[in-house]
Amino acid sequence: MKILKKLYWVFVLAFLYMPIFVMIAFSFNQSKSRTVWTGFTLKWYVELFKNEAIIKAFFTTLIVAVIAATVATVLGTIAAVGIDAMKNWEKSLVINISYMPVVNPDIITGISLLLLFNVFRQWFDFDFGMGTLIISHITFNVPYVILSVMPKLKQMDYRVYEAALDLGCNPTQAFFKVVVPEIMPGIISGFLMALTFSIDDFIISYFNSGHAQTLPVAIYAMARRRVSPEMYALSTIMFLVILTVLFAVNIKSIKDEKKVTR
Amino acid sequence: MKTKYISAPYLLWMAIFIFAPLCLVVYFAFTDKRGNFTFENMSALSTYAPVFLRSIILAGVATVVCLVMAYPVSYFMSRMKANRQKVMMMVIMLPMWMNFLLRTYAWMSLLERNGLINKFFGLFGMGPFNMINTNGAVILGMVYNYLPFMILPLYSTMVKIDHSLVEAAQDLGGNLYHVLTKVLLPLSLPGITTGITMVFVPSCSTFVISRMLGGDSAFMIGDLIDLQFLGNSYNPHLGSAMSLVLMVLVLLCMSVTNGFADDDSEGLL
Repeated sequence: MKILKKLYWVFVLAFLYMPIFVMIAFSFNQSKSRTVWTGFTLKWYVELFKNEAIIKAFFTTLIVAVIAATVATVLGTIAAVGIDAMKNWEKSLVINISYMPVVNPDIITGISLLLLFNVFRQWFDFDFGMGTLIISHITFNVPYVILSVMPKLKQMDYRVYEAALDLGCNPTQAFFKVVVPEIMPGIISGFLMALTFSIDDFIISYFNSGHAQTLPVAIYAMARRRVSPEMYALSTIMFLVILTVLFAVNIKSIKDEKKVTR
Repeated sequence: MKTKYISAPYLLWMAIFIFAPLCLVVYFAFTDKRGNFTFENMSALSTYAPVFLRSIILAGVATVVCLVMAYPVSYFMSRMKANRQKVMMMVIMLPMWMNFLLRTYAWMSLLERNGLINKFFGLFGMGPFNMINTNGAVILGMVYNYLPFMILPLYSTMVKIDHSLVEAAQDLGGNLYHVLTKVLLPLSLPGITTGITMVFVPSCSTFVISRMLGGDSAFMIGDLIDLQFLGNSYNPHLGSAMSLVLMVLVLLCMSVTNGFADDDSEGLL
């Protein structure tokens, strides 16, 4: 039984990690082939920094993600505070519409925004590009921020806010000095979620990016012919960075827990 | 602070960028190029019924495979020590941090006719097998990409199950089958239903996986919609009709699975 269990774990983990090992291995491959191993090289890691298209796509992805996540966090946080104050039917109506981008398949969010921008283009003069990309990313990010801030608001003791008012704060001061610190963990996790979804998104960006290419869109365009090994190299670097960050965070939280239990 | 008006900027955003686009999908689905009301787009869909059916079947099979694969994983994980649970969770979620297009592309080099798996079998004088551009490859791609979406909700309901219930069932003479059907499955139902929707919805609407791993053989709803908006057969009216049907399909699937689990507190996420 124990051996079976171990074998099962090996099978599942091999399944999950096989493509990733293939990718990392072939980022060191001498030829451009994705199946034939011809020898070890680091040249793709050097080439990567000379490849303007990939570097540009990388920065587009980063800029869009940071702007979209920041705006979505602000918008989503005040939205959550407002929704929390609403009465029954208003609340459920707003929440249900807000969750549409979460519930709907991405492709539908993507094409519906495409339709909207096309209608707008009859009235205003603009092209698909950074602007449409950022707006669509904000749109699908906001629900995740609301989702992670709402529970924190529910847990919060409303009397603390009233106490701040009694002690002479005006409502704005009370909001920033009492409410915001209280719901901060929700805001931060919402921001991080928005950031990762934004960096990873392909489908919605694909329909709304126009000439501005994010990394996933660039990869898709390449995949029709051949994904260049530089892209493997970039992904390997990004993967290692994330691995290190996650490792550090986990080690820290495990250590913190041990301290608490002592 | 008890003022709901603070959310006004968001409500405006929501109305313009979430609500209005969905209304546009409905509007386009029922109009022709000149903006006249028509049912033609809807009736034209009957030609594509086989594609819809194939999408549902492929996504359905992928969902079942995911469930069967993820259930033991989640169970084993929920029985580990707290720290190890955390580490295992990280190990399972880690692949998701690499872009799914690249991971799917890597499967292409694994499954190809002169790909790595066939080379491995070739060492033993077997093959080559025909793996890429089949329905099986598409299902594999779906299972691979969405397996963590099944493990996550299953695991989070299973850690809450009191293990003494399982032990009690064993003490009272239940064999593995009985423990599973009478204790574990009923208690983990909310996780199962959430997992099913989280795997079925993206599988059913994908166009990347089918195009990369399925070749021309496995055309799906997503491919059709893509063609109407960015592809050769530009026709947003027909595309909107397809999207509307897909949306109804997804809502139907969710209401069915949520109907099974009355505990709707965890229904959506």
